[in-house]
Amino acid sequence: MNDKNKPQTIAQKILAYHCGKDYTSEGEIVNADVDIVLGNDITLPIAIEEFDKIGAGRVFDEEKVVVVPDHFAPNKDIKSAQQCKLLREFARKQDIKNYFEVGKMGIEHALLPELGLVLPGNLVVGADSHTCTYGALGAASTGVGSTDVAVAMATGKLWFMVPKTIKFIYSGSLKKWITGKDLILYTIGLIGVDGALYKSMEFSGPVVSKLSMDSRFTISNMAIEAGGKFGIFEVDGITEEFLKSRSDGSYKIFKSDPDVDYEKTYNIDCSDIELQVAAPHLPSNARNAKDLTGISIDQVVIGSCTNGRVEDLRIAAEILNGREVDRNLRTIIIPATQNIYLEALKKGYIEIFINSGCAVSTPTCGPCLGGHMGVLAEGERAVSTTNRNFVGRMGHPKSEVYLSGPSVAAASAVAGRIATPEEVI
Amino acid sequence: MIIIRERAIKYGNNVDTDVIIPARYLNTTEDRELASHCFEGLDKDFKEKVKERKIIVAGHNFGCGSSREHAPLSIKASGIKAVIAVSFARIFFRNAINIGLPVIASSQASSFIQDGDELEIDLSSGKIKDITKDKIFDVKPLPEFIQGIIRSGGYINFTKENIKR
Ligand code: SF4
Repeated sequence: MNDKNKPQTIAQKILAYHCGKDYTSEGEIVNADVDIVLGNDITLPIAIEEFDKIGAGRVFDEEKVVVVPDHFAPNKDIKSAQQCKLLREFARKQDIKNYFEVGKMGIEHALLPELGLVLPGNLVVGADSHTCTYGALGAASTGVGSTDVAVAMATGKLWFMVPKTIKFIYSGSLKKWITGKDLILYTIGLIGVDGALYKSMEFSGPVVSKLSMDSRFTISNMAIEAGGKFGIFEVDGITEEFLKSRSDGSYKIFKSDPDVDYEKTYNIDCSDIELQVAAPHLPSNARNAKDLTGISIDQVVIGSCTNGRVEDLRIAAEILNGREVDRNLRTIIIPATQNIYLEALKKGYIEIFINSGCAVSTPTCGPCLGGHMGVLAEGERAVSTTNRNFVGRMGHPKSEVYLSGPSVAAASAVAGRIATPEEVI
Repeated sequence: MIIIRERAIKYGNNVDTDVIIPARYLNTTEDRELASHCFEGLDKDFKEKVKERKIIVAGHNFGCGSSREHAPLSIKASGIKAVIAVSFARIFFRNAINIGLPVIASSQASSFIQDGDELEIDLSSGKIKDITKDKIFDVKPLPEFIQGIIRSGGYINFTKENIKR
């Protein structure tokens, strides 16, 4: 068979396209053109240093480098102020079009899709491990190191090894309150934190084809938590609807060939999947929420690049409406972007949150990485809609994080302990 | 053509980035200082061994753990010329190549080679020869592109040279 006619996965096709070929084989190394290079206030300062060493002078394309100070911004201390200043000066000097200052800024992985900066078929790299989020749009996107981002900013190219692909087929029907977060926590629990090491994860099946974009972003976001390189959804009507107002439709859609040879296929019946919580200290410690309801907590965080979107805030508002958060805990809600914030405001969610005793913040990564805006003290426990629960992730090494979706987080805020929505509604 | 002829230091499975270079030394990017702590968590004799032997041979999942570029940097700065392992963790593999440290995945060679064996690696043809035991292993050579990065001493130098041309 001519190489050209061999069946290929989405990952193979996107990489082939970006290096001007018809076909790439799994394991092959290609030097490919990237569509977007992303950096933030933590990773970019190092990449800028390496970039200067190359001596290219200018970035390869001032429209394709995206700079988002989101981790410790608005500046949490003097050190982070210096880092953000470095980014600002670099962006000015390089005439970077997509630099997002505090006030316009959002958490990078919620912001880029919202603004239509990533489109189907794109090849995207970012110096942030959750760059895999854009797989929800049918893009191949992945996190890389600082040297990689320096080279990509200078040349617009980066080397990639073409990954093998694992397919996940979700069928059956979803129980009430189940969202993308429960599906991905369940999946990581099934395959482990290195279950997709170096692989492209392809999410498909009848359940997925009805899933909202917000839930799809949540799933792709956590591909890295199973070691995955990409976490890709095929473009369908729901994707196209999302993109309608965000692009002129001139993107390229890639689909895996039907007879492609997957490394592995998982058939997951969703009918029995309950609300999930990942217990400390690995995202793969997925349990049924109802089995953990005795555990008392000190803080609830609803936000992050995983679950800080409108769907998440709507679910939280539905549960918090007319109820008060438990007096023994803090609840912090962080819309992931300014637009999400505004929409939540218009829909009345923000009023509901404030009336029930939640703190609502301008977009920031903040507590997700134990940066600011909700750092945990020794011995404290949080339920959080974020993506990592490693030792010390949200603060003191002896604090604990339980990962959940928005409904369990909101219900737990009301109950003062891990709770399911049915218990408080 | 890149030929490396050195003796082997052998380690086991899952050599993680914390034993390669503990987090408490990440406040520097200075090569010599990183090298002075390399493998501190795994093998206190490494500093002596590396004077005579400059190829590491290891098991599964070499370099697992964090994404710190300091891990391959400290290995390279110690004088190690190449790492052969059954398999590598993804980000370590990328970072190693980007800083110009040859990494070769071969389960056959890694299992066969013993501590102290004299080896000859031909990165262009992909041959690993165990001179001590007179046995040759064919591995898929690293793609020409990656060999180019290694020849240049890393991705930054490689990029610099290609921009000039
Ligand atoms: S919200 Fe958390 S996981 Fe997402 S980019 Fe920020 S720090 Fe990383």
